[in-house]
Amino acid sequence: MAVATSSSQVLNNVEAVRATLYEALKNDDKVLILGEDVGNRGNVFLITKDFVKEFGTERIIDTPIAEASIVGIAVGMAMEGLRPIAEIQFADFIYPSFNQIVGEAAKTRYRSNGEYTCPMVIRTPYGGGVRGALSHSVSVEALFYHVPGLKIVVPSFPADVKGLLNAAIDDPDPVLFLEHKKTYRLIKGEVPDGHYVIPIGKADVKKEGSQLTVVSYGLYVHWALEAANQLESEGMSVEVIDLRSVRPMDRTAILQSVRKTRKLLIIHEDNKFGGIGAEISAMVAEEALFDLDAPIRRLAAPDVPAMGYAMPLEEAYMSSPAKMADAMREMVKF
Amino acid sequence: MASTTAQRTPEFERHGLTDEQLVAMLRVMILHRTLENRGFALNRQGKIPFASASEGHEAVQAGAAMAFVRGKDILAPYYRDLGLDLGIGLTSYEVMLSLFARIDDHSGGRQFPHHYASKKLGLYTISSVIAAQTSHAVGAAYALKLGKEHGRAVLTTFGDGATSEGEWHESVNFAAIHKLPIVFLCENNEWAISTPLSAQMGQPDVYKRAEGYGMPGVVVDGFDPIACYAVTKEAMDRARHGGGPTLVEAKCYRFLSHTTDDDDRSYRTREEVAERRKDDPVPKFERLLVEQGVLTPAALDELKASILAETNDATDRAEAVPYPRPEDLFSRLYEGPWEPWQ
Repeated sequence: MAVATSSSQVLNNVEAVRATLYEALKNDDKVLILGEDVGNRGNVFLITKDFVKEFGTERIIDTPIAEASIVGIAVGMAMEGLRPIAEIQFADFIYPSFNQIVGEAAKTRYRSNGEYTCPMVIRTPYGGGVRGALSHSVSVEALFYHVPGLKIVVPSFPADVKGLLNAAIDDPDPVLFLEHKKTYRLIKGEVPDGHYVIPIGKADVKKEGSQLTVVSYGLYVHWALEAANQLESEGMSVEVIDLRSVRPMDRTAILQSVRKTRKLLIIHEDNKFGGIGAEISAMVAEEALFDLDAPIRRLAAPDVPAMGYAMPLEEAYMSSPAKMADAMREMVKF
Repeated sequence: MASTTAQRTPEFERHGLTDEQLVAMLRVMILHRTLENRGFALNRQGKIPFASASEGHEAVQAGAAMAFVRGKDILAPYYRDLGLDLGIGLTSYEVMLSLFARIDDHSGGRQFPHHYASKKLGLYTISSVIAAQTSHAVGAAYALKLGKEHGRAVLTTFGDGATSEGEWHESVNFAAIHKLPIVFLCENNEWAISTPLSAQMGQPDVYKRAEGYGMPGVVVDGFDPIACYAVTKEAMDRARHGGGPTLVEAKCYRFLSHTTDDDDRSYRTREEVAERRKDDPVPKFERLLVEQGVLTPAALDELKASILAETNDATDRAEAVPYPRPEDLFSRLYEGPWEPWQ
């Protein structure tokens, strides 16, 4: 259980996002937020509640419902020296802005040979387990992690949320910042006071172990830790790595762990085909195949568009600590 | 024929432009056409892989460029804006580096021709995705307004085809909501590659949409560079002084195929093109300036000769510049060192 100290406080993920945005707005008047319902309403999760009162409608911009231009306008702002934080209300609504993210923001520096840059953040809540149905539950990271020029952050702990969001806002290149909405109020943790940065592209070993490496990110890191603790009580030792960023991806951390435990299980909420796990599997197969004592395994969602609204459909799509524990046991015993 | 003693007719409306400015506009128009034709010739000679066309856009672009204040304004153009780019200060040499895809090109030889990027010129980097630059322009205009940078404005340009994109609508709408310092200039050449206006929009007058957004809409003869200057100037001045955005539609025509890879004979008649050629803005403006005594026939010949010499020189110099090196593929993706995933 997280405990507040003189130099830290206990926040949930939504509070960590809010506190970090607030500090950024306070410290740099080039930072602004634009998106649907971020002003008057203060964001649908109340992340930016009352910001408009303090920072004004010029810096907390309620946009029309127009995702392509929310990102496109942020690109123009960034090229002109502002530090825009664009919000896509739900990751499921990000598709209309695909060109602006992939074709424009990610290529600004490259296509102008460094003449123009695009320092901006696109924040969006993603993920399921909240009865979000087909259009309020998707994971979008695999659609974007294919794209050089982007950075993609997927934090799961409040302290990481703060450090990585600070890094994203400071970053000279565009960053897609994915926040798992089931973790928003579910996950609490100690968050250090003051400004600090966690480098984008560095994974974190959340639990050390010797018999199996589990690589995950987002909500499933928490479930994987629960499962790993269960296995520990059964006498098995599992290492859990939280990727925190999926582009750039921390190859070194993955390979170091795999060479130690000699077994790899990748767990993600997104579907398996072409997902983050596919890239990790391929990379480990290329780099460390002969260090492995078992086939690489991926525990991921079935190959369907998204989880259904009905509870049985959501449960059938989502994994669980119990399912994760089963997969871990099989791998350890292999 | 014009003569050196031509009298200025009273109907010659120059909108305050000096002789020097009028000749500068003509120079941009002829240079635009000369460089473009050189690009097509180089393609046919197998020296460059590709060139895009904008013959017929010379007048609107030279006119709009004259309304642009160098060092202050921002231009978010599209790929058919060679003349506009030249008019705000791009050099023939830079154009040729782009056509030849050489290492010293703005994009380092990465981009298609005429996709420039120059902070010095206020010229934004673009992709080839239609209307994508309009939202960047709006973001830049928002930054100018937020920074209280009075006296500066953004000019963004696009063809008739772009006005069908959802993002075009989103951008114009946002600019109207926030009364941003921006001018949307539509170079309506009647063709979206092979698709005529009748298949693009139910109302062929783009400028009329302005009322629906809550901003002034102006239409102008896109073959008349002075008129194009005047309406763009008025709109840019309004934007610079807090009057908000304007939608300007310049009606012009695309005389050539879309690009060197297109063949317009497959979708429009030679008769249609020949008919529109009768109004070709370049010889028309040449005649006007000679008739009005702004420059002599001899001075016009001299101008053309100097442009040809400049084009030849730019061609030779750019061709002599090396290509980017294979390792340049990896540079400037992110700031600082970056380890490619391979």
